Amino acid sequence: MKHWPWSRIVLHAVALLLLLWVVLPIYLIALAAFSPRDVVYQYPKPLVPTQFSLETMLFFMRSSGVLDSVRRSVIVALLTLVVSMAVGAPAGYALARYIFPGRDTFRIAIVSTRAFPIVILSIPLAVSFINLGLYDSTISVALMHTALALPFTILVTSSVFASVPVDLEEAAMTLGCSRLGAFWRISLPLTLPGLAAAAIFTFVLSWNEVFAAAILTLRNRTLPAHVLSVLNESPLPFRFAGGFFLLVPALIFMLFIRRYLFNLWGRVVR
Amino acid sequence: MAEIRIDHVWKTFGKVVAVKDVTLTVEDREFVILLGPSGCGKTTLLRCISGLEQVDRGTIFIGGRNVTNLPPRRRGIAMVFQSYAVFPHMTVFDNIAFGLRMKKLPKPEIERRVRDAAALMHIEELLDRYPAQLSGGQRQRVAVARAIAVQSEVLLMDEPLSNLDALLRLEMRAELKRLFTELETTVVYVTHDQVEAMSMGDRIAVMRDGEILQFDTPVRVYDYPADRFIGGFIGNPPMNFLMAEVTDGRVLVHGTAVEVPAPVRSRLQAGPVLVGIRAENIELSPEQDEGAIPARVLVVEPLGSHNLVTASVEADMVKVTTPADMRLRPDQAVWLRFVPEKVRWFDAESGRALPVDYEAVEAAGHVG
Repeated sequence: MKHWPWSRIVLHAVALLLLLWVVLPIYLIALAAFSPRDVVYQYPKPLVPTQFSLETMLFFMRSSGVLDSVRRSVIVALLTLVVSMAVGAPAGYALARYIFPGRDTFRIAIVSTRAFPIVILSIPLAVSFINLGLYDSTISVALMHTALALPFTILVTSSVFASVPVDLEEAAMTLGCSRLGAFWRISLPLTLPGLAAAAIFTFVLSWNEVFAAAILTLRNRTLPAHVLSVLNESPLPFRFAGGFFLLVPALIFMLFIRRYLFNLWGRVVR
Repeated sequence: MAEIRIDHVWKTFGKVVAVKDVTLTVEDREFVILLGPSGCGKTTLLRCISGLEQVDRGTIFIGGRNVTNLPPRRRGIAMVFQSYAVFPHMTVFDNIAFGLRMKKLPKPEIERRVRDAAALMHIEELLDRYPAQLSGGQRQRVAVARAIAVQSEVLLMDEPLSNLDALLRLEMRAELKRLFTELETTVVYVTHDQVEAMSMGDRIAVMRDGEILQFDTPVRVYDYPADRFIGGFIGNPPMNFLMAEVTDGRVLVHGTAVEVPAPVRSRLQAGPVLVGIRAENIELSPEQDEGAIPARVLVVEPLGSHNLVTASVEADMVKVTTPADMRLRPDQAVWLRFVPEKVRWFDAESGRALPVDYEAVEAAGHVG
């Protein structure tokens, strides 16, 4: 066996520690979510699966308000996805393709909207939404989530479009395409996986967002807002199952779009 | 009929003037090279012709039609890019068919033209492959096939060979030259490689700093450079330049008088003058030669068919070609004699060629 230098051993140890820090809670939540009721209440809890059961998950799904809020969450997330892609993708394309005055400032400004904590933004936003009559509705939450998701949508799509050489669009234009036609026939097919990743990312962002959703709604709550509001008075199985249910889409999609996130960060640093 | 006429075209990017008042006419079916060092504006000029770049001022005509404000697809051009720009999500067949499908040609016609273009570029067996499965040279062939398949009257090429390795480049150079003679299209070809320009073009437009310095046949650009820069840029080795002094109708190169043909004499004014001479037009003698310029051998490079000798005349370096069997060693004293009618004369300050009637010089032959 090769002899490893100390620095490498330390590096791997730290990496392992970080990995455990992220993976362990997820593992424990998943474990409890698929254990029968009595196992969930056991103490100390077993660290390895003893019994597989859907009982806990079904209990969560059948709780009052859960299915409604899931449906609402999906609608909000889809609305967010559609609106933010419709607005964000063209902006991302412009950032990737054109050099215009204030381009770098614009890039920074996009990120800076996320510099303000949502807690600070929420009061004036809530007031605005109430003035507009857009409160306690799926639309209001979707609009709020769009505002939150846009910076990411724009930056991710811009890095996706930047990965297609301008030459390809120009070649298409010399071969009979209009500018739009070149985009449609060349850039769009080539960027579709990346754009899909950006869309999914937006979806997950909205799916997981709890603060704005909790502030803007009272009766028509999305799933995270609903879980949050009933958390204190709900039994342990409900909490585990809810946690797991909220976690899954994010996990799956993060795995899928990892490549594009790295790309995005590489570009911002440059 | 597709003559390209460029009339007083300007193009700037911010404060950088990329194309400066260029006027140029490319004849129908002519093969014109835009040659120059990087950043000279040759690619920008080509992109202005293609319509990928809008000109700031001036007019562009293709086949007598004013295309200045038309998008690329309405200009009747095809273009080959330096990066090849082969569409990665399409097979070779679909790549070549792309322009034909845009023209909405009938299917059998597309099929036939794709096969013809592929046959011309020897890539028939690659039609089902994707670009990722091709080598650089093969992609290059696809890019050319895609451009010739649309049978436009004007073909624009932006450094198409610069990404190929040396051997492949030589092969493609010959092949492209044969292809263009066969196709009878007007070709504008951008390159920074003077060998490519010399060997392929009907005429060469030499550019520097956004301007065309000279537009002439390769032989004339080589023999009669309009500018010191062109003499130094074209030809390997580059033209030798030496400062000379004109006094009392005599021309002294580092103190040695050189022969001046009669038609030149009237163009010279007292003061400094720049003398340009190609390596093959200098006679080198290892024996003392009265009236020749004394020099010292620095380096001898045997090139097989001949030797390339670098000699120093005072502080100036001079490249001379000598017969392969002439034995010289470094530091040896030699004497140089310029072939009088092959000497080119330039303004010492601006570097522009003096308005000498070289035809009269050559007609007069050796005039003592």
